[in-house]
Amino acid sequence: MSTQTTQAALIQKVDDYIAAQAKLDLLRFITCGSVDDGKSTLIGRMLYEAQMIFEDQVTSLRSDSKRMGTQGGEIDFALLVDGLAAEREQGITIDVAYRFFNTDRRKFIVADTPGHEQYTRNMVTGASNADVAVILVDASQGVLSQTRRHSFVVSLLGIKHVVLAVNKMDLVGFKQQVFDDLVLDYQKFADKLTFESITAIPLSALLGDNVIERSAHTNWYKGPTLLGYLETVEVRQAQLDHAFRFPVQWVNRPHADFRGFAGTVVAGSASRGDAVRVLPSGEMAHIKDIVLYENNLQQCVADQAVTITLDREVDVSRGDLLVTSDAPCEVSDQFEVTLVWMDQEQGFIGRSYWLKLGSQRVNASITDIKFKYDINNLEEMSAKSLHLNEIGRATLKLDKPIAFEPYANCRAMGAFVLIDRYSHATVSAGMIAFALRRASNVHTQALTVDKAARATMKGHRGKVIWFTGLSGSGKSTLANAAEKALYERGIHTYILDGDNVRQGLNKDLGFTAADRVENIRRIAEVAKLMADAGLVVITAFISPFRSERDMARSLFDAGDFIEVFVDTPLNIAEERDPKGLYKKARRGELPNFTGIDSPYEPPLAAELTVSTGEMTVEECVGLLVKFV
Amino acid sequence: MPDYALTHLKELEAESIHIIREVAAEFDNPVMLYSIGKDSAVMLHLTMKAFYPGKPPFPLMHVDTTWKFGEMIKFRDTLAERLGIKLLVHINEDGVRQGIGPFTHGSQKHTDIMKTEGLKQGLNKHKFDAVFGGARRDEEKSRAKERVYSFRDQHHRWDPKNQRPELWNIYNSEHNQGESIRVFPISNWTELDVWQYIHMEAIPIVPLYFAKPRPVVKRDGTWIMVDDERMPLKEGEVPEMKMVRFRTLGCYPLTGAVESTATTLPEIIQEMLLTTTSERQGRLIDHDGAGSMEQKKREGYF
Repeated sequence: MSTQTTQAALIQKVDDYIAAQAKLDLLRFITCGSVDDGKSTLIGRMLYEAQMIFEDQVTSLRSDSKRMGTQGGEIDFALLVDGLAAEREQGITIDVAYRFFNTDRRKFIVADTPGHEQYTRNMVTGASNADVAVILVDASQGVLSQTRRHSFVVSLLGIKHVVLAVNKMDLVGFKQQVFDDLVLDYQKFADKLTFESITAIPLSALLGDNVIERSAHTNWYKGPTLLGYLETVEVRQAQLDHAFRFPVQWVNRPHADFRGFAGTVVAGSASRGDAVRVLPSGEMAHIKDIVLYENNLQQCVADQAVTITLDREVDVSRGDLLVTSDAPCEVSDQFEVTLVWMDQEQGFIGRSYWLKLGSQRVNASITDIKFKYDINNLEEMSAKSLHLNEIGRATLKLDKPIAFEPYANCRAMGAFVLIDRYSHATVSAGMIAFALRRASNVHTQALTVDKAARATMKGHRGKVIWFTGLSGSGKSTLANAAEKALYERGIHTYILDGDNVRQGLNKDLGFTAADRVENIRRIAEVAKLMADAGLVVITAFISPFRSERDMARSLFDAGDFIEVFVDTPLNIAEERDPKGLYKKARRGELPNFTGIDSPYEPPLAAELTVSTGEMTVEECVGLLVKFV
Repeated sequence: MPDYALTHLKELEAESIHIIREVAAEFDNPVMLYSIGKDSAVMLHLTMKAFYPGKPPFPLMHVDTTWKFGEMIKFRDTLAERLGIKLLVHINEDGVRQGIGPFTHGSQKHTDIMKTEGLKQGLNKHKFDAVFGGARRDEEKSRAKERVYSFRDQHHRWDPKNQRPELWNIYNSEHNQGESIRVFPISNWTELDVWQYIHMEAIPIVPLYFAKPRPVVKRDGTWIMVDDERMPLKEGEVPEMKMVRFRTLGCYPLTGAVESTATTLPEIIQEMLLTTTSERQGRLIDHDGAGSMEQKKREGYF
């Protein structure tokens, strides 16, 4: 053969390879199990055997393995996978690491997540995008509480297909009885979960048995090898068969002749000419074109990012949804949800957050926490708040209705995150279970006597003046002086303060953080009713947390909530100490006392800030009455 | 797979386009860092797709260390003009005045001042709140754990212990003034995916990726190209013409060439499949021990 024909044959071979590779689809899976189960070793082994590790990486791996001395001089595959320096030192996987490999049948993205209970949030993160979960169990240990915990989280995140990877079979002499007993034990527990298939495989990640090559040690096992299973499992059909769902991300309007709606199809498919409904408005139109760069497509399918144009001018903006007209989804503003708490700052009933679902962003407050799970045995336990890594059931109320589906029916339409408005942290992952009522069915009874009518009768609008500041800052003094000044002007007022609220309405509440949140929530709701009735309500509470003051503000129309920050430095307030409380707190007799051992968060944009150290009461009140 | 399901490249493409559009929708002042390399080429192509028939609603920025290959600069300027998008070029002028360069000050100091510091200057100057980068998770161990949205404080620092959880395809774009978010839309692409996609979509790339006879000298076991007259030759060192190409592109004195005969994309892909060293080995800055990239990123290196 001449060199030229060899060259031509080679090019043909490469072209064929590229063409074949281009046709592969993608499987995302998660591995769970603790370090001791050999999870990182298993991933390292798969990468190594799929030849995704380069020579220089193997060299550095050999020297790392020697230095660490974890495998007696042998290659420690786990070191390939455990990335961050801190983790290498502690010998644990803290975060989620993503690994990539491919075979001739599929491309794979592996999310490797930590096993310890304190990293549940990382596991949830890894599971959120996974099609399949590989749950590792140490054959010599059997099903442990952490196996159950991982399975529960995986099931909760809607993963339908799991592999029970029974690892370290070499330690139990590859005995079938051990494997069978363990699988039976697992099945009994998994009956409570929502898996469609469980595939149990006997393995040794360390030695490579049944990872890629069928093991000679397990002749009694007739099922697939781990990779054989991952190469063939079918996972996307349900998403493709679902009704068409398309959240609009971006309105593309480069010139007057083109108005397209850009987004990613999250479920189902649609073709040119199909009738679609815009949610939440409910308007109807037909798909004119499906644009993907220079191509005009006949059809778009789940996971595809396209730009859709419609046959008529309808009002559509980011956050809206295009859905198939014959199977639109529900719209609601109250839900029962599952929350996975992900922040150090715990979640309380009454707290309000930003909720992001698809391209929709709304305000949401937790109206109830029904229970939290003991994630080791799925028992329901009562809870007033959710701590980091806790999973619970709660109800949410939104400030406007959103289009959704239960998470179990359609992941992308029921998955959301909660974001703290001040720290901007992603505090919780959430999954919608069901709507508490259909917002579309609820019509607020139209009252002929409304707030405006009452305002006209009284000659002024109902409002709230919300004082906030440290104990002893002068809130009550100012509130009383303000009420007197307003009364003199013929304005109908009422003061809510500790004396009349703590002894009645809120006498069941203490001073824990959870109770403080609830205390303010009730006060805000009462103030809202009174303001609606036409009163100017004056509240005088420390109300130390921004979240609660903001929640109160969100109940009122713009301009009807006047936040007044009584800005008195701690040393002055403590010097005044009108009720002797600071002295008690300093002696440790009053735990959770604001300013001493509980924080005060000053307002970022109060309507008015008064400094009682520098201004007289009359001056302060003079500034205040201008707002009413 | 069902015949109407997406292939992995189509799925990666869609995921990246989704991310790019999210940023455009939620940030006030995004910018795309354009390094002129193959990963940037893919990222830019995806961006053109995301907003077609419109143009991307944000500019490109190139941090020019003044030591890039001449061919890169030529390619950059032609491309920006052809696509009709705004290109900002930032050079650390303080560094230029001090005469900073890899030959006189060493690779580390040069990179610190002209690249890392230059980048911070450029970002501060325009007050960008979102910055696209073409990093991939398969490049390096510490990148395997980075989020798609990577939060940076006011000093552009990354805190690996305090990353925001990132679930489903929901991204948290909230930030205070002065803080910014680095966005990596091609996080989930591998080097092979990048080459395949360039091939499939016929994306133009800098000719330096293809083998050609080029003047090179051997330094520390690596072929360094004599790209211009600023390169000081050691005694007895004579540039020789070798058939070479580059697997990564950066400052020419810091970028090793590999001997190759690959002059077409299929040949490059074939060479890649047979190769036994990982991509970043061509970059001299990664060689100071395990964990060095993580250290650089904490300090603000991209």
